[in-house]
This record gives sequence, C-alpha cells and structure tokens, in this order.
Amino acid sequence: MPDTITMQVARYRPETDRAPTIQAYTVPLRAEWAVLDGLNYIKDQLDGTLSFRWSCRMGICGSCGMTVNGDPALTCGTFLADYAPGPVRVEPLTNFPVIRDLVVSIDDFMRKLPRVKPWLIRDGDSRIGAGELLQTPGQLDDFKQFSMCINCMLCYAACPVYAAEPDFLGPAAIALAQRYNLDSRDQGAHERLDLLASPEGVWACTYVGECSAACPKGVDPAGAIQRYKLTAATRTLREFLLPRAAR
Amino acid sequence: MTANPSPARLYRPPVSRLWWLRRRSYLLFVLRELSCVFVAWFVVFLLLMVDAVYAGNDSYQRFLDWSGRPWVLVLNIVALAFVLLHAVTWFNLAPKAMVVRMGGRRVAPRFVGAAHYAAWALVTVVLAWIVLGGS
Repeated sequence: MPDTITMQVARYRPETDRAPTIQAYTVPLRAEWAVLDGLNYIKDQLDGTLSFRWSCRMGICGSCGMTVNGDPALTCGTFLADYAPGPVRVEPLTNFPVIRDLVVSIDDFMRKLPRVKPWLIRDGDSRIGAGELLQTPGQLDDFKQFSMCINCMLCYAACPVYAAEPDFLGPAAIALAQRYNLDSRDQGAHERLDLLASPEGVWACTYVGECSAACPKGVDPAGAIQRYKLTAATRTLREFLLPRAAR
Repeated sequence: MTANPSPARLYRPPVSRLWWLRRRSYLLFVLRELSCVFVAWFVVFLLLMVDAVYAGNDSYQRFLDWSGRPWVLVLNIVALAFVLLHAVTWFNLAPKAMVVRMGGRRVAPRFVGAAHYAAWALVTVVLAWIVLGGS
C-alpha cells in the first residue's frame, strides 16, 4: 500500500466561483482512515478553508454523506484504502443545491418531512396516564427496518426521479411515513393517505431501486414505496366498489 | 457589521441529458420504461390479427404473409425481448410490494416471487395447449 493518496475535492466558494472546481490534496494513506479522516486531515493540516459537514464518525448522525468516486456514500464508513492507489474524488451529494464546497442544502427535504406526519397519531385519549401501548416483537419487526433511517439523504442523491421531478416526496420521507403506517400503535394511516397516494407521492416513483442500494442502514425505501402503491391501489379500488364501507 | 448579509448564492448542478448512461441500473430502468412501447405494439399486432381472422381466410393468409416479412419478424423479436424484460422486472418487483402472511408469519419474499413465476408458467402452458394442441 502506498504511503499517500491524492484526494480530488470539489470546491465551491459562492463569493468568487460561478461553478465548482476540483482541488487536489495529498493525504497520508492509512488502513484505518475513512474518507472523512482524509477530509479532516486536509482541514486541519493543509487548507482550513475547506467546508464539509460531519459529526459522529460512526454512521449514526447522517451528516457526512457525499459523492465518492461518483457514488453517494457516508464518508465516515468509506475507507481510503479501498480506493488505493487513488486518486479518490469527493464531491457534494448530487441532486441538491450546493451551499459551499461539500455542503449541500437539504431545505427541500426538511419541508417535505413533516408533511408525511412522521409521528404516532392516536385517535382519542393519548395521555400518558392512559398507560403504555404494548407491542409484540412481531409487531416491532413490521416497521423496525424503516425506523433505521438516519436522514442522510444518500437515497435522494441516488434517485433519478428526484433529479427530474423535485416535487417528488422522495424515498426517505415515504419510508418514514411507512415506518408509522406499519406501527401497530399508530392510527393515522388515513391522514397520510392523500399525500402518499398523490402524483408527488408513491406514484412518482418508477422503481429504479437505487435508493435501497445506496442506503447505508439497510432500509429498503424502494420496497416501502412499492408496498404502499399496492396499499393505495387497493384502497382506491375498495372506495370505488364499496363507497360506504371504505371510510 | 451588516444586519442582513446577502443569502449565499447556491450552485444548482445541471442534470446531464445522458444521466441514464451513468449506471447500469439507470440504463435498465430506462429500457424498462421504453418497453411499454413494445407492449403497446403487441396489442396492436394482436388486434390486427383478430381483425384479419374476422375478415376471413384470405385476409388471414395475407396477414400471415405480412407478418413473415423480415422487418416485421425483426420488430417482433425485439418487441419480445422488451416484453420479457418488462415481465421479469415486474415479477421481481412483486415480492417488494406484496407482504403475504401465513399462520402469523411473513412468507419469505423469494417464495412470493417464485409463486408469480409459477403462475406465469402455468398460464403460458394453458395458452400454449389451447393455441397449439386444442385445435
């Protein structure tokens, strides 16, 4: 293994640049160094003006998603040694406006997320005094996978539908809606129906499947969306055939 | 110190017209979307055949001669490939959309997929029997 590796990092300084440029840095190549360690080395030792987001370094916070050699990835879980002898190219996540260098704006997602009501909705009395809501391990398994989402936005970066139709709710928001729809304690599925079954909801998805391939947490947003398509179609058919019983 | 600094000028990367060549999965997806054209072609072909059969023996013979022309044959072979792609990707999607429970347990997705392929094979055999052997 060579001692160093070249990192080609996208730079965008809104005060002076009209478009991003690539700047090359040579960093030490160590077996245990992730791409994020290389970026921190640049920031600390070579060029303090480089901007990027990170926090936990352990695949939980979802801040350090970037494009590494063309693929969306969490830079804390992507190792430099896997790209030896290099160079390794680090760019901001695709499909998002770039604020500076490797920092993207996720305002669009932050506006969409509350629209799917990602919280437990209960009919009637939901006071704490009413007692806990019990759940079997089987009921937990029904939604647990979707609760692993860390909002890292890699699925949006991988989705060509989101690139073409920015109104699309997107993989993570729909997977999170399903996380609550499939929770035995939730009674709010009907409140999420109109939005999820709209053209900007599940029906915008054409099932490319790259969202699930990109997810670093093993969530299957593509599966969540296809599953909801069946739910929405069944619901519409039932309303058509049995207008009184459906609601 | 300025009270209201101007908001940062965001860079919005353009989407390349050739984005669908960037990944194999994107290309496969675009081909699958394109397959609907060939599905529609087979519907048209079937309607032309039904119309020819309805119009009598001579008309049906003319239809057979026409469908034996090289360009129609090539078109139908290409259409068959696209329709098979359409069918296979559809059946691969089915286990994602359907969660089947038996005896309180979720049936493994591969069994749901296998059941779809089995149903497809059964329908094909029945149709082949009607078309080829039933007469």
